[in-house]
Amino acid sequence: MTSQTSTEYEKYYVPEKSRLAVCATIGLILSIYGAASIMNDMTFGDPGEATSSWTIFWVGMFFFMATLFAWFRTAIRENIAGMNSAQLKKSYVLGMFWFIFSEVMFFFAFFGALFYVRNLVGPWLAGEGEGGRMNDLLWPGFEYVWPMMQTPQEAVGGASAQLMANNGAFVSPNTSLSFADAAVWWHWLPMWNTLVLLTSSLTCHIAHMGILAGDRKKFNLWLTITVVLGIIFLCLQYMEYHEAYVEYGLTLNAGIYGSTFFMLTGFHGFHVFMGMTMLLIQLLRSVIGKQFTATDHFGFEASSWYWHFVDVVWVFLFLFVYIL
Amino acid sequence: MGDHHHGPAKGLSRWLFTTNHKDIGTMYLWFSFCMFILGGTFAMIIRAELFQPGMQLVEPEFFNQMTTLHGLVMVFGAIMPSFVGLANWMIPLMIGAPDMALPRMNNWSFWILPPTFLLLASTLFMEGGAPQAGWTFYAPLSTTYAGPSVTYFIFCIHVLGLSSIMGSINIIATVMNMRAPGMTYMKMPLFVWTWLITAFLLVAVMPVLAGAVTMMLMDVHFGTSFFSAAGGGDPVLFQHVFWFFGHPEVYIIILPAFGVVSQIIPAFSRKPLFGYDSMVYATASIAFLSFIVWAHHMYTVGMPVSGELFFMYATMLIAVPTGVKVFNWVSTMWRGALTFETPMLFSIGFLVLFTIGGFTGLMLSIAPSDFQYHDSYFVVAHFHYVMVAGAVFSMTAAVYYWLPKWCGRMYNETMGKTHFWISFIGFNLTFFPQHFVGLAGMPRRIPDYALQFADFNMMSSIGAFIYGASQILWLYNIIATIVAGEKIDKPKVWDGAEGLEWTVPTPAPYHTFETPPKIDPAHAHS
Repeated sequence: MTSQTSTEYEKYYVPEKSRLAVCATIGLILSIYGAASIMNDMTFGDPGEATSSWTIFWVGMFFFMATLFAWFRTAIRENIAGMNSAQLKKSYVLGMFWFIFSEVMFFFAFFGALFYVRNLVGPWLAGEGEGGRMNDLLWPGFEYVWPMMQTPQEAVGGASAQLMANNGAFVSPNTSLSFADAAVWWHWLPMWNTLVLLTSSLTCHIAHMGILAGDRKKFNLWLTITVVLGIIFLCLQYMEYHEAYVEYGLTLNAGIYGSTFFMLTGFHGFHVFMGMTMLLIQLLRSVIGKQFTATDHFGFEASSWYWHFVDVVWVFLFLFVYIL
Repeated sequence: MGDHHHGPAKGLSRWLFTTNHKDIGTMYLWFSFCMFILGGTFAMIIRAELFQPGMQLVEPEFFNQMTTLHGLVMVFGAIMPSFVGLANWMIPLMIGAPDMALPRMNNWSFWILPPTFLLLASTLFMEGGAPQAGWTFYAPLSTTYAGPSVTYFIFCIHVLGLSSIMGSINIIATVMNMRAPGMTYMKMPLFVWTWLITAFLLVAVMPVLAGAVTMMLMDVHFGTSFFSAAGGGDPVLFQHVFWFFGHPEVYIIILPAFGVVSQIIPAFSRKPLFGYDSMVYATASIAFLSFIVWAHHMYTVGMPVSGELFFMYATMLIAVPTGVKVFNWVSTMWRGALTFETPMLFSIGFLVLFTIGGFTGLMLSIAPSDFQYHDSYFVVAHFHYVMVAGAVFSMTAAVYYWLPKWCGRMYNETMGKTHFWISFIGFNLTFFPQHFVGLAGMPRRIPDYALQFADFNMMSSIGAFIYGASQILWLYNIIATIVAGEKIDKPKVWDGAEGLEWTVPTPAPYHTFETPPKIDPAHAHS
């Protein structure tokens, strides 16, 4: 950060006034108001009553997405018009880096919850250690194993048997998604997911080398493969969820195992979807717009960082959610 | 490049569509002042109810909504945005940058705030009322017993986090990338340093808060059991996740305040800041320690003894870098040519009262003693000494210090000093007695209390009304300054002040440092 050449400090481009921020805010606020109302209708509302929550949500989302589209289009056009100084480009790099860092911390919260539950809460509920005194009083007979195949509530006879500390029925799954049988390892979806995602990180890197060499054909080809692999991952993930819900009885209501499983893999899947969309847009920019050169391709580079980031998160998920 | 070099646009569109750091800073500052008044109104309702024992004015549910919203509005609406506003105004001026690094995003960070707080405040009029689980919204109060308003509150927290993260990324990019040639890290004014570290803390912990409220949302609406032991989760998990955010959050609030005071005390002591380097390292140490002390908020929750001990010793460690800071401020004043203009009065007020708040913090850090103090008014007194006399006093000092630079007019010094003395007396009258009632066992967040606490509570309420009323004087002084204050045009408003912001004309023109300034090594801070 100490390189201070004079070209870096050429007159800085401060953008014209812009409607983007206000439009994005309108879209965002409508979306969250709509989303919150949808959930309230679901939980507290009268099922027969018609509400406009979904309409508000979709109007907001449409507005928000349209604004983001316009925003990125503006940024891309400014770059192509040569308005971005070396210094501004560095600001975009820093922005993307710290954005990814904030995403890391978001996953950190859910991983932290997983570790806390697995290493401390589970044993305590089963009567171990200083936190274990409540086992006799509230959850007699509960034994802790991970994945948790019997919730404390079930151990004492279901939701009606224990009215304290109780906010719903938690019905545990009949089968966990952990690695079970080495003989039929090829049936184990998470392994295929891992292979697909790791490969996609590699293909993304090959695409990056392509654009660095100025080879658009190579870039387009390998980026297409990356996006397809991303879509395959999402399909596999969908299959796994379907299997979990329909065959294994593993649902969001299945106690803490289901909660942590779906929240971690679900948010990861959502991030894969976002990363895939980002890469797809870069692909379209290259194929249709003939954009990106060997020296100027930050839109792709930022998306590829994001892609590698979701890949790393998956490695941790694979380790701590499926294997260990 | 079009008309943006000429000056601000006319009318409302100037504010809605602006990309100018000074406009955005101004909007942040006015918005936070509005929230300060709103949160203050909630506090006045609380103190009015507590004026006498017995139920006087409001229902207990409404009282809980008031304590909840008072905390949320003051923390997320008043204090945090006020310092972001200050950062917007001052960081580019202090490091010789033409604007913030990402100006359009900067505007978005601001404009998310007003509609979000409108939505949050509107929960007061919803069925079941506003959230009432306290500003810390512990599960299961905020999950099993949540009303519909909690859902809106959760989404509000999400977008406030978005705003904070974007604002912080902007500040990090500005400080790392936009410094004028020669402005090395160790020459940056301390306000810039404290904000750089604060921004890092924000990017690190706001996503964790987002995670916490997302788990709440799932527990309320989608049947997960993060915070429910019946499904294998744990309500205490909420407290861990919340305070992993919450403890760095209190430093997010106080570190920029440290920065402000580190600018003002040297200016009115006419001496350079004592121990600049150690100030930087102390700030970084405090930020690091803030990540490993969170469970000192939950000593009584039933942690293993090893946990209590770890968090107790780690917490006590914070007193060391904080002590370094207090020592340095006092040493800066030692044998200085002191004058006591309003910004200096508020800074000295900060120094004395924040130190008291720091000492009560040290008392609270001792796990076995905390079993007595926990959730009592002693805690309320402690954190108001650091939040109000710490953050708000320093923010007040900052406004008096830089207002002449912002608007080119001098405030009324007599009125400013009057504001200080009324605030100082009102504040101490409000919160000092709360130490006593807390130690004697009065619990916080309860609308009624035992008769033996009556006298001290009445004093507290009178003090609160005095403190609240004195802010009207402040508002009047600010408006009177902007409209009809005595004009000044010398760049250096205060003769002892150092820094690049005092080299630009007064009032600061719409665009400053379009080409970077030369940094005079003699003006270096180290």
